[in-house]
Amino acid sequence: MSVVRAVACPVCGSLCDDIELTIKDGKVVKVKNGCAMCEAKFLHYNSEHRVLKPLVRKNGELVKATFREAIVKAAEIIAEANYPILYGWSSTSCEAMRVGLELAEEVGGVIDNTSVICHGPSILSIQEVGIPSCTLGQIRHRADLVIYWGSDPWSAHPRHMERYTAFSQGRFAKSAWKGYLTKIKALNVRKKIESAVRRLFLKEEQISLRKPGMEPSLTIWKEGRKLVVVDVRRTKSAEMADYFIQVQPNKDYELLQAFRAIVRDQELEVDEVAGVPVEYLEEVADAMINCNFGILFFGLGVTMSRGKLRNIDAALSLVRDLNMRTKFVIMPMRGHFNVTGANTVFTWQTGYPYAVDFSLGYPRYNPGETSAVDVLLRGDSDAALVVASDPVANFPRKAVEHLVRNPLVVVDPHMNATAQMADVVIPSAFVGIEASGTAYRMDHVPLPLKKVVEPPRGILPDEEILRRILTEIRRIKRHKERVEEA
Amino acid sequence: MEEKPKLLVTLLTGRTIEQGVGKECGKASKEYVESVSVCYIDPDDLKRLGVKEKTNVQVSTEYGSVVVTALKSKRAPHPSVIFIPYGPWANVVVDPETHGIGMPSLKGIPAYVEPAPEKPVMGLLELLKLHFGKG
Repeated sequence: MSVVRAVACPVCGSLCDDIELTIKDGKVVKVKNGCAMCEAKFLHYNSEHRVLKPLVRKNGELVKATFREAIVKAAEIIAEANYPILYGWSSTSCEAMRVGLELAEEVGGVIDNTSVICHGPSILSIQEVGIPSCTLGQIRHRADLVIYWGSDPWSAHPRHMERYTAFSQGRFAKSAWKGYLTKIKALNVRKKIESAVRRLFLKEEQISLRKPGMEPSLTIWKEGRKLVVVDVRRTKSAEMADYFIQVQPNKDYELLQAFRAIVRDQELEVDEVAGVPVEYLEEVADAMINCNFGILFFGLGVTMSRGKLRNIDAALSLVRDLNMRTKFVIMPMRGHFNVTGANTVFTWQTGYPYAVDFSLGYPRYNPGETSAVDVLLRGDSDAALVVASDPVANFPRKAVEHLVRNPLVVVDPHMNATAQMADVVIPSAFVGIEASGTAYRMDHVPLPLKKVVEPPRGILPDEEILRRILTEIRRIKRHKERVEEA
Repeated sequence: MEEKPKLLVTLLTGRTIEQGVGKECGKASKEYVESVSVCYIDPDDLKRLGVKEKTNVQVSTEYGSVVVTALKSKRAPHPSVIFIPYGPWANVVVDPETHGIGMPSLKGIPAYVEPAPEKPVMGLLELLKLHFGKG
């Protein structure tokens, strides 16, 4: 039995690198410091849903094949296509992405990563407006006001608050944990009082101590960091907040612009914006202006709702305005553990962070035209290679219809919805568990991913599989050229 | 026959911790399928629909229709807002419009929800077969 320390967790964009794994007989048997998703990954990655043999579709059925057979079939599909789409990448290593980009260039396809359906609009907006940001370490040590807008870290990045923001103990900013416990106790007392009064008078509506639409802040007076959550639902993260703003769906833009006006001392001639009383917005804006170091984290609640990139324009502009009054930074809450790496590697290699089209022989970037969902909706692609992703489970139905109508190659360790529809499935090793590599945390800090156990016999890492497909494609192309010359 | 109640709501899709854990257990796992073939509804809206928790409901939008299991939202109140976690069931009903920037509209979609206790929630393979004729 051995213990491996400081393992980076290959699940979400927080990329927590303090995980301790106990290894026994070549298996992970215990996970320390991880969240529920981290534990599920390290303890269940080798479940019965794992694909251990390559599969090739014959007579409509996926049947087991040799590794060589699967590689050749995959290479043939991609080499014969006029406009293949190469999608996924955010859950693999930077090294594998580099080979994927080489492959896209070789075959003149369009290559896109999952940021197209998560923070693609954020990237477009950052390219237009710019971004004042920093590393998570800075936030941990200095931020005294933390905003999560359209993001529920408790569900999607469970240790984000504990490691980097409200509940972390920084050098200059203290944890809000004690304040939170006090608040929970106070709320419990209030619930008891409310329930007692209700039992006595049986008039529920009249005796509620809460105001509708906004939560009176019990811990406004408290020392240390303050936590603000803006969301359409009262999420678990919202319950921990000092200020919770329940914005109406699709109204983030209005709310952000209202904050901008208040921060710039302009009068709002309405009583409420996006369902929130202006008075409450002013209270929160005061907290923003009066902090020493504020951070706005934004999630898919902002990028996917009406306005999309324009919402991000407004958020970035709000932070710019706030920087006239105090120090404020902003950061997107990235989902997959290496989606930031995908943007970074794509940019090194092609100049563009996602949606890169090589069909003209040079990289072209025009989201809306060269982005995966649009290519599929127009029905332009004639084959696809999906690496470490599950677009059938994540793309709108209309886009998936075209994806599965054409030959489809999947490289993934697990049997997922996309693999079910594939013509070739090549199982791969789990990067960060069975293969090493590099991943970028959401704040663009690169961290090494460790190989802690050996992969099952005959299973290779994504990088190696892609390299072999690329070699085979080059062989097919050379052969074709020779035949044409002859 | 009494007409079934039908509510006009706003559909949100998103992450839940159950879906996060399920996807790591494997996309074919029971945990994953059970975590994404559900719809979180405000308790008052459940009353309006006249259904109890864990009854099947049909969610329909301009883009499709899917049967999922209704769960009482712990994140209430959010009247007229329903929530389906990201996954193959949600994809049947989301808006593919990318507004020229590549991002489909996955949150804030107008939808109808109605009780469908007689209709079953499809399994993953069944759902894929129905919509894509493959799998």
